[in-house]
Amino acid sequence: MPAMSIVRDTSFNQEANTYLNQSAAIVVEALEKTYATHDGGKVQALGPISVTVPQGGFMTIVGPSGCGKSTLLKLLSGLIPRTAGSIKVNGEEVHEPHRDIGMVFQSPVLLPWKSALDNVLLPARVLGLDMAASRVRALELLDMVGLADFAGRYPSELSGGMQQRVAIARSLIHDPSILMMDEPFGALDAMTREVMNLELLRIWRKAGKTIIFVTHSIPEAIFLGTHVMVLSNRPGRIADLVLVDLPAERGLEIMSTDAFGVFSNRIRSQFRVHSDMQGFL
Amino acid sequence: MESGPTSVAATPAKSSLSLARKLRARPELILIPGLFVAIVLIWEAIIRGFDIPIYIMPAPSNIALSLVNTAYLDNALYTLGEAMLGFLLAAVCGIVLGGLIAQFPLAEKTLYPYLIAIQTTPKVAVAPLFIMWFGFGMTSKVIIAATIAFFPILVNVISGLRSTDPARLELMRSLRATRWQIFTMVRLPGALPMIFAGLNIAIIFSILGAIVGEFLGSRKGLGNAIMQMNVNLDTAGVFATLFVLSAIGVCLHLLMGFLQRKALFWADSSKIPAV
Repeated sequence: MPAMSIVRDTSFNQEANTYLNQSAAIVVEALEKTYATHDGGKVQALGPISVTVPQGGFMTIVGPSGCGKSTLLKLLSGLIPRTAGSIKVNGEEVHEPHRDIGMVFQSPVLLPWKSALDNVLLPARVLGLDMAASRVRALELLDMVGLADFAGRYPSELSGGMQQRVAIARSLIHDPSILMMDEPFGALDAMTREVMNLELLRIWRKAGKTIIFVTHSIPEAIFLGTHVMVLSNRPGRIADLVLVDLPAERGLEIMSTDAFGVFSNRIRSQFRVHSDMQGFL
Repeated sequence: MESGPTSVAATPAKSSLSLARKLRARPELILIPGLFVAIVLIWEAIIRGFDIPIYIMPAPSNIALSLVNTAYLDNALYTLGEAMLGFLLAAVCGIVLGGLIAQFPLAEKTLYPYLIAIQTTPKVAVAPLFIMWFGFGMTSKVIIAATIAFFPILVNVISGLRSTDPARLELMRSLRATRWQIFTMVRLPGALPMIFAGLNIAIIFSILGAIVGEFLGSRKGLGNAIMQMNVNLDTAGVFATLFVLSAIGVCLHLLMGFLQRKALFWADSSKIPAV
């Protein structure tokens, strides 16, 4: 993994986050999103945000409900247009969904009439990849997410956790260098969620992808991330950018260490500043 | 080796046991034919007991005799042919037009109120016009059947296509799928439960259309037979024809159910709109 050097910008307006890393996967500069209201006014939903995600990094985004976490992810993936600023993925300006990005949504969004294998193959079919090679790869990916024996099963025959694993395998089929995940484990029970977190870390280390992961759980954000982006209440701005220098090989026991507690308190303190975020804590 | 004979002996006992268990789990398997027998017996008893003339109300035994003695097959196939041609015409037009209309939101918004207005108008009322335009032959019946069957298909195709899960559309957009890919991979398969609900209504409507057409002017078919028998006071024949019609209806319903289970094996059956 390349050395990740981050100089955190402490000023609140985030004018200039400067990063020394040369191999940046995503570079965001002064990104803003405003929505038009019904009475003709404008409401600032997000930004300005400037941040750089290094190649192979795992950036988690955490913040109160409605702060624009999901909006930020949709902007980064090119699903919705931005109002101002610039987004570069692997050096290319993003105007529409980028081929080098795999998406995992809040719900698995599997097609119920297709088997697990065919669901994983969907992006290959849409993108017109070689189907024979993709099939081999899809089976490998299903094996990687622990569903080797379930390739022929239909989504209705799989549990919620298994469905989300299929969705993760699907996001990797076209071998994107970046994975964007929007609260993918939010709907799972606590036990399954921990298992999925461990699996995701394993997949990340094995596949060597850059991952952007939105969550509303502070422990999940610290456990998974190499970097945690803490967003403020609406309009979402970067309240803090935490470099999590815990070992990359992490087990669940790390969550009870002092170092983990320090990160946790640092992130929580960002929310205590604003009294209107009581509901979040 | 010793287990061989025992298992052979056990097999019939086991199967009769499982039949008894099956009937206990699904008592309707006995109740459905039981109710039929009961109705037939009571009906027969009333007709004989009150000495009701056969031209007013025939007994089940008269209807059974008429069924056996009259050649219904020819007329039944003729009517079934009209209805099926009409149904196929309606299905092809309904799915193609519905698919096209749903592709263009403005066309859909413009046409939808008209479609609802036509859908709620009794199409049977225009049947005399079709007889006048297309004559007493098969063509007019096929067109009447198609007209009646077309609208439930069209409306269900459109509403099925526009109820596509937005999350699936977002997934396809994140992959930069073309309109055609989105249509064939996500929208159309997702609309199938609604489309099948429309086809289920339409296939029964197509029989209705063919019969109404035959009432208004025809040379052949079950509707034609009913009109002739009515004039001749052959009430038992009319009832026998009704029996044939309901048998055709049940067969078509079962056929659609079979196709639906094949095509929609993945769908939660409670989410398929009931007919």
